[in-house]
Amino acid sequence: MKSIEELNALRRASRKLVALRDGITGTETYKYHIMVCGGTGCTSSNSEKLIELLKAEVEAHGMQDIVKVVRTGCFGLCALGRIMIVYPEGVFYSRVEPEHIHEIFEGHIVGGNPVKKYVYSETLDEDGNVKPLTETDFYRKQVRVVLRNCGVIDPESLEEYVARDGYQALAKCLSEYTPAQVVSIVSQSGLRGRGGAGFPTGKKWSFVADGPKKYIVCNADEGDPGAFMDRSVLEGDPHCIIEAMAIAGYAVGADQGYVYVRAEYPIAVHRLRVAIDEARREGLLGRHILGSDFSFDLDIRLGAGAFVCGEETALMTSIEGKRGEPRTRPPFPAVKGLFGCPTAENNVETLANIPQIILRGADWFAEMGTEKSKGTKVFALGGKINHTGLVEIPMGTTLNEIVNEIGGGVPNGKKFKAAQTGGPSGGCIPASLIDTQVDYDNLISIGCMMGSGGLIIMDEDTCMVDMAKFFLEFTVDESCGKCTPCRVGVRRLLEKLDKITEGKGTLEDLDELEYLCNYIKQNSLCGLGQTAPNPVLATLRFFRDEYLAHIVNKKCPAGVCKALLSYTIDKDKCIGCGLCAKNCPAEAIVRTDYTAPGHKLASFEILSEKCVKCGVCMDNCKKIKAISKR
Amino acid sequence: MKKFSNIPFKGTPEQEAQLRDWLRQNRDMQGVAMPALQKAQEIYGYLPIEVQQIVADELDIPMSELYGISTFYAQFSLSPKGEKDISVCLGTACYVKGAGAIMDELSKELGIEADECTPDGKFSLSACRCIGACGLAPVITVNGEVYGRLVPEDIPGIIAKYRD
Repeated sequence: MKSIEELNALRRASRKLVALRDGITGTETYKYHIMVCGGTGCTSSNSEKLIELLKAEVEAHGMQDIVKVVRTGCFGLCALGRIMIVYPEGVFYSRVEPEHIHEIFEGHIVGGNPVKKYVYSETLDEDGNVKPLTETDFYRKQVRVVLRNCGVIDPESLEEYVARDGYQALAKCLSEYTPAQVVSIVSQSGLRGRGGAGFPTGKKWSFVADGPKKYIVCNADEGDPGAFMDRSVLEGDPHCIIEAMAIAGYAVGADQGYVYVRAEYPIAVHRLRVAIDEARREGLLGRHILGSDFSFDLDIRLGAGAFVCGEETALMTSIEGKRGEPRTRPPFPAVKGLFGCPTAENNVETLANIPQIILRGADWFAEMGTEKSKGTKVFALGGKINHTGLVEIPMGTTLNEIVNEIGGGVPNGKKFKAAQTGGPSGGCIPASLIDTQVDYDNLISIGCMMGSGGLIIMDEDTCMVDMAKFFLEFTVDESCGKCTPCRVGVRRLLEKLDKITEGKGTLEDLDELEYLCNYIKQNSLCGLGQTAPNPVLATLRFFRDEYLAHIVNKKCPAGVCKALLSYTIDKDKCIGCGLCAKNCPAEAIVRTDYTAPGHKLASFEILSEKCVKCGVCMDNCKKIKAISKR
Repeated sequence: MKKFSNIPFKGTPEQEAQLRDWLRQNRDMQGVAMPALQKAQEIYGYLPIEVQQIVADELDIPMSELYGISTFYAQFSLSPKGEKDISVCLGTACYVKGAGAIMDELSKELGIEADECTPDGKFSLSACRCIGACGLAPVITVNGEVYGRLVPEDIPGIIAKYRD
């Protein structure tokens, strides 16, 4: 493509490819589009098999001109995977098994009637009629800006992206705006960095210094455990990131970009590669893009499993091919970044907002959200929640809405205890603050942080001391070792927590924990160390009683910390079958001489000094339930 | 702490030619060391000293620097993996849903700890960072094949599938 006219012509020609998914029929010969989720979650449960079977059905019925099978990105409702949507009706099939395909195809595609027993129950109304997905609890409160194309288009098709206004924002920048105007639009929109720290994106761009060579870097090293927002964008809408990076390049005057992706995301890397190749072939990357004077190209660099590389200076060091250790700032990357040149680095989700801001205007974006946090935020909901998956909500939505309405609440009738945000750098929001409106500043004011978007829900069975310990084990493992507060300090924190969970903690340990936490926060070189104590500080703040229970009462209230558990047999419930004693690895269970009223055999008891607390006995007593742990 | 393994290196001339070709074609790439080691690991499955020496020679980068890089990043392995490599996701979502017990069960079933290989070279076991299949938590992968929504009782059956 050599001009904007050619891009517009392609858009007009491609519109019909996606019209059916908006319920508009008759623009093409296809009567049905069957969209199968090809995100990492569904692919892990082999959704590829569904595509294979569907294509075989299409062929067997000779319906190649009537039915199109499309592999898309993530729909968001990962807990219901494998997922499949049939257009034009938009019927949502959940937990589809390969064995269901024949029946669904015969009933729905050939027969014209959705096969209701496989349709997601929440999309059926009382009379059994199928309603649109957008009217379910999960989607109703969501606003899709970043995820607008995820699950809607084929990520490996440039035409489908262009049909949904793809590359129009880049064309608009090149033809209507000066670079300075682009920066100012992004500034006015109020967009803040979605990687966690929330620095204003427009400001970041405006800081990029002059120089003969500049770079744009996309941080796709999404390392927080339980976070998969960026991956889903790359898998579902890779062209959007390419377009946004080109816009950023135009705005700051860079002609080369790098996307730094975790190697653990093979599908995302593949789709991004396909998209870059196609964009290059079509002249949307390369020299004189769309006939303008602007040239820009992109390369992918793979991470190699180092969490610290998500930190911006460490990431650049890693792209340079070295050990991914952070550098001191200043100089900031905007002045001296990648290969010593001025660099603008943005996170995937941040970039995904850019094309829409350009097309729909700064005011449109600034209307969403709260006073200082504009737009939407994508969260990866995980842990003890019914609707595990990906949600995009306007800033300012309350945690209660996210957990109980969108997320469908905590499963198995358990009580919500806390939500963990920001992974190993973040904190937790306790049940008492469930009405907190989620935005950057509110979360910071309660000692928590937005983080990149992992939102792990915990119920009463989660021990908060153990949780803090889990994150510290992670940071100890991932500390790069360059600065002492992080390398040594975090390890000392972990030792203290180990001591506490083993029942050997003292009250002085709590004071020392707090002192050390603050010291590490103030003195570490990079974001990893500065935020590593957060999980401890947050749990100390909201769940001090649990720490005290471990230290003073030598008990773990959630029943997680092994050293503090004890197993007991209710001698009146025990029927004396001996299954527990037979399976006990430590020979810690012996028969007593007590026979409970109504029972024929004598009861057993556990010798606490021999017990290794493995829990095998309790598993073996599931029927009678005579064994309990406390 | 990563160490070079004692297992004898069994690289073939074809592998070496493939690696040297790639290195010669890409030696001018900015920041080539990481992609080079990734390519080498893709070809050989791990990065023994012999392979790192080839990379060092072709790119004219000191061996010490490559060793520094290969020991910094978790993904680079200095020892070979078992025929079947089992990875347990210990991401937060999996952890909250009981990945710890899954790891214990695997360890018990195979008789090895994490980051070890069975003496017959059949299985290796490791913990990995979040693979992003949080909807299926807890998950393990066996040579890349994903098993999700697991309980410890599922483990013996899965292992049995791969034993012969």
